[in-house]
Amino acid sequence: MDWLHFAVFTVIIFIFVISGVLFFIWYERRGLGRFQIRPGPNRAGPFGLLQPVADAVKVLLKEDIVPALADKPVHFLAPLIAFVPALAVFAVIPFGDGALLANLNIGILYIMSVSSIVVIGIFMAGWSSSNKYSLLGAMRTIAQEVSYEIPLVLSILGAVMLAGSLSLNDIVKAQNVPFILLQPLGFLIYMTAAMAEINRTPFDLLEADSEIIAGFQTEYSGMKFGLFYLTEYAETLSVSAIASTLFLGGWAGPLLPGFVWLLIKIVAVFTFIMWVRATFPRLRIDQVMAFGWKFLLPLAMLNLVLTAILVLTGLNDKVWLAVPLNFALAFILIIGASRQFRTGGGHVIV
Amino acid sequence: MTLKTEQYVINIGPQHPSTHGVFRFRLTLDGEVITDVEPIFGYLHRGMEKIAEGRNYTKNIPLTDRLDYLSSMINNHAYCMAVENLMGVKVPERAEYIRVIMSELQRIASHLAGIGFFLNDIGAFMTPLLYMFREREKIVELFDMVCGQRLNYNYMRFGGVSMDLPRDFLPALNKLLGQLPGYVDEYDKLISTNEIALVRAKGVGILPRELAINASAAGPVLRGSGVRWDLRKDQPYSIYERFEFDIPTGETGDTYDRYIVRLEEIRQSVRILKQAVSQLPEGETLAKVSKLVRPPAGSETYAAVEGPKGELGFFVASDGTENPYRWHVRAPSLINLTVIREMLLGWKVADLMAIFGSIDIVMGEVDR
Repeated sequence: MDWLHFAVFTVIIFIFVISGVLFFIWYERRGLGRFQIRPGPNRAGPFGLLQPVADAVKVLLKEDIVPALADKPVHFLAPLIAFVPALAVFAVIPFGDGALLANLNIGILYIMSVSSIVVIGIFMAGWSSSNKYSLLGAMRTIAQEVSYEIPLVLSILGAVMLAGSLSLNDIVKAQNVPFILLQPLGFLIYMTAAMAEINRTPFDLLEADSEIIAGFQTEYSGMKFGLFYLTEYAETLSVSAIASTLFLGGWAGPLLPGFVWLLIKIVAVFTFIMWVRATFPRLRIDQVMAFGWKFLLPLAMLNLVLTAILVLTGLNDKVWLAVPLNFALAFILIIGASRQFRTGGGHVIV
Repeated sequence: MTLKTEQYVINIGPQHPSTHGVFRFRLTLDGEVITDVEPIFGYLHRGMEKIAEGRNYTKNIPLTDRLDYLSSMINNHAYCMAVENLMGVKVPERAEYIRVIMSELQRIASHLAGIGFFLNDIGAFMTPLLYMFREREKIVELFDMVCGQRLNYNYMRFGGVSMDLPRDFLPALNKLLGQLPGYVDEYDKLISTNEIALVRAKGVGILPRELAINASAAGPVLRGSGVRWDLRKDQPYSIYERFEFDIPTGETGDTYDRYIVRLEEIRQSVRILKQAVSQLPEGETLAKVSKLVRPPAGSETYAAVEGPKGELGFFVASDGTENPYRWHVRAPSLINLTVIREMLLGWKVADLMAIFGSIDIVMGEVDR
């Protein structure tokens, strides 16, 4: 009956991602409205709930424009190549014990490899558009997204070491206390690097509306733009889901059913991402690179080494000792690293 | 090993979210580094000075509103002063106080927009801008109360102001003056301690003191470079010598200094406003001036005020007819823009928006 399991879960995942994305779009627009002391969309349906539907209809009806000098096949394929991996990531996210499409014993590895394909889609879009803003966005994509993969993976490895497994289902089961308590630094690094990966403020340099118009997606209109938009929110959904699974205990929680707990945690993580977006200005590309390589990477490595020591000495099983120790270490490391870290002036003599 | 790279040309503008109107940069880039800049303006040119020479003096007051539309009241003030000089008109005491109140409110409103758009340019996703528009809205409502307009006010007249303050004005103003310092502290806390805003602004786009003076830059751009020069103190006009206030200056002349000077100027304007409100006398608000203004033939004048963007001056020459013979504006936005190339070279595309935003220009004034 494997085929039935796959069919059912494929449908569930598809519905989950699409409805999740629609909810996020509504939630973010309403939330940002609150942050920015304005009402936000409230005309289409009760509380503006039909706003994403209206957006979707509008995007579908828009004319599809392709620049005359664009590399047409690449221009066409780019949004698909970006969207499909963002969807495929959910194959290994557990909604409950064993409730997932495929319980891969290399779940994390699968997520990392699949999600990194999005970069290719974005770069294809920027490169093929025959537009200099898009080209700048594409160059920034490669620089930024490839760089932040490394601290991202390293930060996840801490949770993997604690659980002793690469399967997301097993990692959730291994969390007697949520791993955020044992891996506070790992969680912070993960969130920072993941926000850079999914192109959210303060790392939204790929589109950077006030600088390079819309970056890689400048020349995209209609549903092709819509696919990029969907990708962005689907990625945000996946990042929130992975953070909830790895660090916040996934489906685990009292009273309520498992998937409800997972949804609550996903929304909580997304709210944090939205809060950051509403508050921070954008960094410059060299500052982003410096932050990734000189600040996050060493911290992630140190976190890995310290976690290894804790696991080897068995300290991790003594939760009452490990939690304060981990928080103290995280605090000291962040303060120490920020003392050493300088973004530099960025001026070039010409 | 050095990689062989190729420079390429990119246009920022004329239509671009961060060019504050229609302005065009022709940038030569090496990667993201700006190696050459050619600023090109004129996309909004309306021949305003020439139009003014074909209209009579009174009908030119509304034209000044449309120069720097974020500081219409101050433009009114400068132009009316110029014509009053030509005519030898004495403005009643109460009208002078009302003019100062309007000018300082306008300065706060303009700086709020300036800081807000600057932060928007460095990617702060509208939040600070909308917070600042909350206070700007209150000021605009006060202006609406006195003259029925919300952007192009046309409130001042030769010899005073068009009408006296309405009864509700002073209580509303006092309430706002009570709130403003708290709001400014809020912005200070939100932005001046924000690590990302600091790395984007500190040390970026330095305008050295000598260059600022040589380019005859003015306003927060000049004061950000450490030059203590403010027409309200150094060439007092209207009744500014009666008020106590400080002139904030920066140290290095970077983007951050220009921002912090503006923020501090809001606080100083609140100080001036409090004094002006407490000293406000009763009396006439408009001197007797003939309906058709005809300054003596051959007379000419230059009257300047300290606008939110710097020295705003009107040169008016008369040939004895009802239309000015020559009508020229010394627009601070245009003159501050002349140093943009020196400030941009060697910085990155993203810095262009921060530096350009920190100059705080309005294109209506640049392309007259």
